[in-house]
Amino acid sequence: MLQQIEGSRAVASAVALCRPNVVCAYPISPQTHIIEAIGAMVKAGELDAEFVNVDSEMAAMSVLIGASAVGARAYTATASQGLLYMMEAVYNVAGLGLPAVMTLANRALGAPINIWNDHSDAMSVRDAGWVQLFAETNQEAIDLHILAFSLAEELSVPVMVCVDGFILTHAIERVDVPEQTQVDRLLAPFEPRHVLDPHDPVSIGAMVGPDAFTEVRYLASIRLSRALDVLPPLAQRHSDELARSVPSLVSPYRLDDADVVVVAMGSVLGTIKDVIDEMRDDGHAIGALGVSCFRPFPKDQIRDALAGASRVVVVEKAFSLGYGGILATDIALVLSGRGIPIHTVIAGLGGRPVWAASLRTCFNEAVDATLSETTFLDLDEEVVAREVDRMAATRRSGPSAENVLRDLAERSRT
Amino acid sequence: MSAERVPVRFYQVGSFAVGNRLVSADRRNAQSDPQRANSLTSGHRACAGCGEALGARYALDAATRVTNGQLVAVNATGCLEVFSTPYPETSWQLPWLHSLFANSPSVATGVAAGLRSLGKSEVRVVAQGGDGGTADIGMGALSGMFERNDDVLYICYDNEAYMNTGVQRSSATPGAARTATTDVVGEHPGNVFGTGKFVPAIAMAHEIPYVATASVADLFDLETKVERAMSMHGARYLHILVPCPLGWGSASSDTIRLSRLAEETGLFPVFEAENGELTGSRTIRHRVPVEEYLRLQRRFSHLFTREGEVKDVATVARIQAIADRNIRRYRLSEEVS
Repeated sequence: MLQQIEGSRAVASAVALCRPNVVCAYPISPQTHIIEAIGAMVKAGELDAEFVNVDSEMAAMSVLIGASAVGARAYTATASQGLLYMMEAVYNVAGLGLPAVMTLANRALGAPINIWNDHSDAMSVRDAGWVQLFAETNQEAIDLHILAFSLAEELSVPVMVCVDGFILTHAIERVDVPEQTQVDRLLAPFEPRHVLDPHDPVSIGAMVGPDAFTEVRYLASIRLSRALDVLPPLAQRHSDELARSVPSLVSPYRLDDADVVVVAMGSVLGTIKDVIDEMRDDGHAIGALGVSCFRPFPKDQIRDALAGASRVVVVEKAFSLGYGGILATDIALVLSGRGIPIHTVIAGLGGRPVWAASLRTCFNEAVDATLSETTFLDLDEEVVAREVDRMAATRRSGPSAENVLRDLAERSRT
Repeated sequence: MSAERVPVRFYQVGSFAVGNRLVSADRRNAQSDPQRANSLTSGHRACAGCGEALGARYALDAATRVTNGQLVAVNATGCLEVFSTPYPETSWQLPWLHSLFANSPSVATGVAAGLRSLGKSEVRVVAQGGDGGTADIGMGALSGMFERNDDVLYICYDNEAYMNTGVQRSSATPGAARTATTDVVGEHPGNVFGTGKFVPAIAMAHEIPYVATASVADLFDLETKVERAMSMHGARYLHILVPCPLGWGSASSDTIRLSRLAEETGLFPVFEAENGELTGSRTIRHRVPVEEYLRLQRRFSHLFTREGEVKDVATVARIQAIADRNIRRYRLSEEVS
């Protein structure tokens, strides 16, 4: 049914349609509206689930572990610091092979504390053993959550749906919320691969020493990587049922004969596509590749999609301090041996708007072969230079965050 | 501890053995039953004389009996987890889940919520951990489980330090005790006084339905408390003192004796409470001075001469004062009750 609703509300509706048994809530912006909406549905009796107001994100993920281990469908949502706070359990649920589903309302990691969107939270758990799916739109956010439960339970791995905080979670737009009958056809009752059952008692979570640890971890990686085979037909099934294209591993856009290809994840693809449309109109052979599934990393699909590219620009909302682009590093590895230039554009950190004009400048430079290897989009060079000078001049130069804010305030007064 | 629940308590003075023969069959303890569950069965790798292995088997066998085997156990990281499940062997005869060190109360909440949502409320949940997992790293999760009144019995096996990692101090380590991080050097050897916490009191402050302490020296009492706890719903807490021969520097054969002395000195108060109110206390029959308890443990050996005479009179007096306060506070003596 078509509805004009907030992204968080759309995600909550999708989750409710998946008939979760246990939902955990610990509030953190910008995830709050999702769990508030689910909580209201449970309290009103519209959704038959256990809704647990927990004491921390660590508890939220731990409750999911317990619930999933007895065969219950379990869900929570978090963001940013909350994800870091539950980090130990994030790895644990994956290691235990339990199919929890979580929304990550993507938000920057501090310090400095910042509640706005980027992808540094998602990147911090890329090695945890979760499937990580990225939504470009709120429609995709709905569809990916339903797909997430299907995929998680099929593979017995946890799945995280990354939804850009505020940009998507708080955007009110038209979405098509599926009917319960459609979702019921797509999502069979949860048949756990292992379960705590007094009639067939097993021990789960035993210690594993050097004799078997490599093998157990190798198998965990195989299980996760199976998503690369399982996801495309599953997404096709969902697409057929919902009568629209549900994202799978990668989302190509105007890639035919594209010399320059822009690679990105999440909502920024919308702006990128607008810029590409403009540039196509101006006669430039440029296209985009959305990475919908970041882990497991769809190497073959990306290699194939980029086969015709002579230059790649990776736009990403996170970076590895002291190194550079994270997605760009993965892309470079996939393209190793091709010898084509790969640029990193780090954009949208901590909620900085990613303007089409700024992207256009970058992409023009890419077409002209003048783009730097790494660009921090719209970096305020003057402010950075002032702080670098201050640090050079004074030993006790003070905290950088506060210095930069003071400089900005001073500049705006003059 | 009402009279009709525990009408008779016998023990043969001097042997420390509970006189099971003297009670009727329906009042005999779970351990005396040849068909007992052996929830934690033989073959595990606990040290000889491990109080925790004993406490866990006693508690879970009693819980298994009273739930007709409809029981799931969640375990925090620690000695109990490590010695019971050297992969691929496991000593657990019931469904058992180990997740992490700090989160066993939350995992148990999830198990209970999952079971309820699946219409399997007849399956009950026990979470268990050591004093480190309970009093320190799991405290937030435990408090959350308590305040939500989740349907979980949490059992703390308290051996008063981080034994699994090599005997480091926890917030349950008593004053003067030697651990690897409270060495017997300097002006105040061993753990400092005036620190630490007593989790049963914290549990009582949450006003949860049931809080009790127990010792592996008193099997009837321990089992009765487990049964009492399992007869209720909501958050319940059982704190069992479990001597650790390795960490305490005591003889393996002294585990039960030390448990009994901890109780008889007043250093470990044995009581129960409902909804935050003290409802019953185990009266001390033969009050024993604390040095009788301390002397048997190398972690307190710096308080004694080689011949076993009290050397550090002030410190022993300080420990005695703690025992005396416990006796008053938890009404452990008939004179004050």
